[in-house]
Amino acid sequence: MSLPTQTFTITRADLVRYAGASGDHNPIHQDEEVARSVGLPGVIAHGMYTMALAARAVEGWFPGAEVVSFGCKFTNPVVVPPEGGVEIEVAGEVKGSDDGLTTVALTVTWDGQKVLGMPKAVVRG
Amino acid sequence: MPVDQSLVGREFPPTRPYAVTEEGLREFAEATGGDYTGRAPTTYPIVLAFEAMNAFLEAEQVDLFRIVHGEQKFAYERPIVPGDVLTATLTVSGLRQIAGNDIITTTSEVTDDSGALVCTTNATLVHRGPE
Repeated sequence: MSLPTQTFTITRADLVRYAGASGDHNPIHQDEEVARSVGLPGVIAHGMYTMALAARAVEGWFPGAEVVSFGCKFTNPVVVPPEGGVEIEVAGEVKGSDDGLTTVALTVTWDGQKVLGMPKAVVRG
Repeated sequence: MPVDQSLVGREFPPTRPYAVTEEGLREFAEATGGDYTGRAPTTYPIVLAFEAMNAFLEAEQVDLFRIVHGEQKFAYERPIVPGDVLTATLTVSGLRQIAGNDIITTTSEVTDDSGALVCTTNATLVHRGPE
């Protein structure tokens, strides 16, 4: 069963705010020069920020449900320009329900390219 | 600088107890575009795990800006709510080198003040070597 795709926008201001809330002040998420110095194409979103947006999609599909596990790989960086934002699409597919637990496989893309590898959530209910 | 192989299996000291507040949960929820629901957003335990990771990187003199996140998993025992007092204890579970980068796998156990496990987080960190 496919779940309704959700779209999120990421801006540099979101990354600054997320850094403050999460404590992750890695400069590769703020500073173009530092990001390029380690071989990145520019300022990239915290993988954990993209993952948090994917989690929000799960929370939207299963309001109030307890999440039992959630995981993904960070396969492609999301490059966030200084002005404007980038759009992330989060699609989901229910893979099965067993013993009160529902497994959801997600597909998280930016510009048609997958940015998270094998994102999977298990929720109770 | 490659990371020292003898790290594998090493457990680092627990982070100092962290009191979860409604304000903190609200800030995290809103910073990820959501609304506060009375309990922690799904990825909130990263706050604890990140503090443990930072302490580990500092102890090993690894620069944070050379670290890129490779993989993250959370397994939850129960939701985190305001009033919880949590600590995270990080163990290095694996280390390998690929193409000049160190691939460091870590497990951080988040426990409450009774010692009960609240969440297990697994992180793979890619330490990018000099170009």
